[in-house]
Amino acid sequence: MIRLEKRPQPSRQMALATPLLAVLATMVFGGLLFAVLGKDPVQSILTIFWQPLFGEFAFYYRPQLLVKGAPLVLIAMGLALGFRAGIWNIGAEGQYIMGAICGAAVALAFYPLDAWWIFPLMVICGGLGGFLWAMIPGLLKVKFGTNEILVSLMLVYVAEQFLSSMSLGLLKNPEGYGFPGSRNLQQYASAHNAEIIAGSGMHWGVVAALIAVIFAYVLLTRHRLGFAIRVTGEAPRAARFGGVNPARLVLFCLGASGMLAGLAGMFEVAGPAGQITIDFNVGYGFTAIIVAFLGRLHPIGILLAGALMALTYIGGDIAQSQLGLPAAAIQVFQGMLLFFLLALDVLTNYRLRFGAAEVA
Amino acid sequence: MTALLDLSGVTKAYPGVVANDNVSLTIQPGEVHALLGENGAGKSTLVKMIYGLVKPDAGQMSLNGAGYAPADPRAARAAGIGMVFQHFSLFDALTVAENIALGMENAPPMRQLAAQIKAVSETYGLPLAPHRLVGDLSAGERQRVEIIRCLLQEPKLLIMDEPTSVLTPQEVEILFKTLRKLSAEGTAILYISHKLEEIRSLCDAATILRLGKVVGHCIPRDTSAAEMAEMMVGSALKPPQKAAGPVGDVLLELRGLSLPPASAFGMPLRDISVSVRAGEVLGIGGVAGNGQDELLSALSGEAQVPAATVFLKGADVGRLGPNARRVAGLLTAPEERLGHAAAPDMSLTENAMLTGAARQGLERNGLLNWGAARSFANQIIADFDVRTPGPGNAARSLSGGNLQKFVIGREILQRPEVLVVNQPTWGVDASAAAAIRQALLDLAEHGAAVIVISQDLDELMEISDNFAALNEGRLSAVRPAAGLTVAEIGQMMGGAHGMEVAHV
Repeated sequence: MIRLEKRPQPSRQMALATPLLAVLATMVFGGLLFAVLGKDPVQSILTIFWQPLFGEFAFYYRPQLLVKGAPLVLIAMGLALGFRAGIWNIGAEGQYIMGAICGAAVALAFYPLDAWWIFPLMVICGGLGGFLWAMIPGLLKVKFGTNEILVSLMLVYVAEQFLSSMSLGLLKNPEGYGFPGSRNLQQYASAHNAEIIAGSGMHWGVVAALIAVIFAYVLLTRHRLGFAIRVTGEAPRAARFGGVNPARLVLFCLGASGMLAGLAGMFEVAGPAGQITIDFNVGYGFTAIIVAFLGRLHPIGILLAGALMALTYIGGDIAQSQLGLPAAAIQVFQGMLLFFLLALDVLTNYRLRFGAAEVA
Repeated sequence: MTALLDLSGVTKAYPGVVANDNVSLTIQPGEVHALLGENGAGKSTLVKMIYGLVKPDAGQMSLNGAGYAPADPRAARAAGIGMVFQHFSLFDALTVAENIALGMENAPPMRQLAAQIKAVSETYGLPLAPHRLVGDLSAGERQRVEIIRCLLQEPKLLIMDEPTSVLTPQEVEILFKTLRKLSAEGTAILYISHKLEEIRSLCDAATILRLGKVVGHCIPRDTSAAEMAEMMVGSALKPPQKAAGPVGDVLLELRGLSLPPASAFGMPLRDISVSVRAGEVLGIGGVAGNGQDELLSALSGEAQVPAATVFLKGADVGRLGPNARRVAGLLTAPEERLGHAAAPDMSLTENAMLTGAARQGLERNGLLNWGAARSFANQIIADFDVRTPGPGNAARSLSGGNLQKFVIGREILQRPEVLVVNQPTWGVDASAAAAIRQALLDLAEHGAAVIVISQDLDELMEISDNFAALNEGRLSAVRPAAGLTVAEIGQMMGGAHGMEVAHV
């Protein structure tokens, strides 16, 4: 019999080791899955983890890592602040869309004016769009005690409808020959979120993600607000006793995560995506939830988890095209990663004991 | 005559601690046997083994001369052993009869069960209406539900774990009559308590445990409370010393404070008016659940109170939050240590920051100074003799008494002008409790006003200058503690809460 025994305090070593163990377990069981599908497991795992970084076409894939990783890290960082305090913003996808629409709308309103302040204004409005969209579940929760999980999730679908309405209506490219979608911002220099170093994949969103990570790290470790977030998550009554105002904390956490998601959307629409289209959003807002947990809601962890997640995306694409692995198998593979992480999480607080169980 | 229950050489070890070491115990039919000891002496582990919740590592148990090794509580009940726990396991939203039916193996139809409950309750002087909702019952009445649940199984041995901690003195008298009647009919009772006077008036024999070992037996009627206390602790205890300092100005005043209940089964505060002066210790007694938690949260600032009800040094602080009140000099320590006074999984340094940030200068412009917090935590640990490897350890890794010393020390070291504590020594061993009481008295001597909310009347009588009681969210008139009789205190606490004894 295997039994779990509660540790007197959470183990630090295990907290650091479990993500690595989870990645290893995913490789082993993912390899088995690929073997059952008739593919060479070692070859498949290498394709996913090795090819994008050091393979023949790495010069093309490496910048892609930054492009895919940046929005994930940016969104996940904001979500983690709330998750730490037990405030569950599940609607980052919607806030991402609203940030993109607001940022793009500003640019399109001034098109074709050439001015240095257009891009900064887009940044502000993109963040504001996500912030305001997240304030809806925030204010409803504070005023009426609604569940922020449901409200923020439902608002994703509202935002998606709004996105299609915008790309077919108000923001549609007047010179687009009737095709849905806005003008391409990559062709509008004042609004283009161009690469800072050509060919590196390093655009302003990557910079923003790094700043967010540093900022969140300082907030959580050195600032009263971060302390309030952590105590609220650990023991809400103790936080109240310590003087935390729960309503203000809800608004801060939802607002901050909404703003960061909005920024991610804005950087995406002004850079890699280029235009507002019906299928502009590709699920970064939902994947970021996995990234936040994979990174144990810790800023540095999220940075690494974002990189890992981006890697499996890109590696998965390569595996699909080169080895003919079905897309569903890649999704199962990514799902395994989260599953093993959460399952192994139990080892942080519990110790495994082998031997007969006893009445206790 | 064979003993009802005989334990010999029973041993149970947990990782790092031997809870019971070679314990032997004999209970005769009809005997009221006391099990005495401090917290952590191994009383709970021992009765859990008798009730089948824990399996002993070594040793023999026999019941009526036959071997006895219950696999689970069901087996123990079938063998004729019942247990009333300190914390009730009842559902507020169900009736008395429904609650009792839930705990039975083969519950009879509801009408028949109600009749049985009525019969048993009348036989033993425990009036209880089977159709009342448990949520509406007082603590004493809830305990009756638990006792009747046991009595319906007609036990030969009834184990009672600290049964009087939730009762007024009048209710204790009613309970003791019931227990004496049971004993007269041949039911043995194993009675766990650390209230020595109660044991002297009720019990026929006593076994004293210390650190898991039996350290003595005595006949409580022929032994003084001081002698028993010495056996429990292992050394003579020094009672707290209070210098009768001069009483100064009014520091804290409540004027007609009323507060609606926070939840459906919560207790409202009704029109509370009281004032405390510098150098004064005000003891507030009362049975659990009569507004103690609500009063503390109204004073700590966790609950929003109406304007012009709470005054600190003449200024209205009712609308201020917890930290603004701390800055003003009003500090509090709630009853629940883990999860309320301290965050269980956070370190002692972080828990020192929790309430010390504002008053100890541990933060500037929102930035936290962890170095200062660590030295504050170290100071608490040193000054209040908190046993822990260091301030980096999680709060939940400390024993109850040590964490309580930390929590009380954290507030006292912030030099409060008014300190309000709820149950400062609940579940704390005798020597730690004495240290905490002494610290509270010292604080008052240095000119602070101290309010001690407690359910331990002995403690309140020992340290208070003045005494008042909470009953149904109302505060009684304040009276000088010296010279109050137990009967008077009982009346202030609400008498028997309408639980008149059925005449048998």
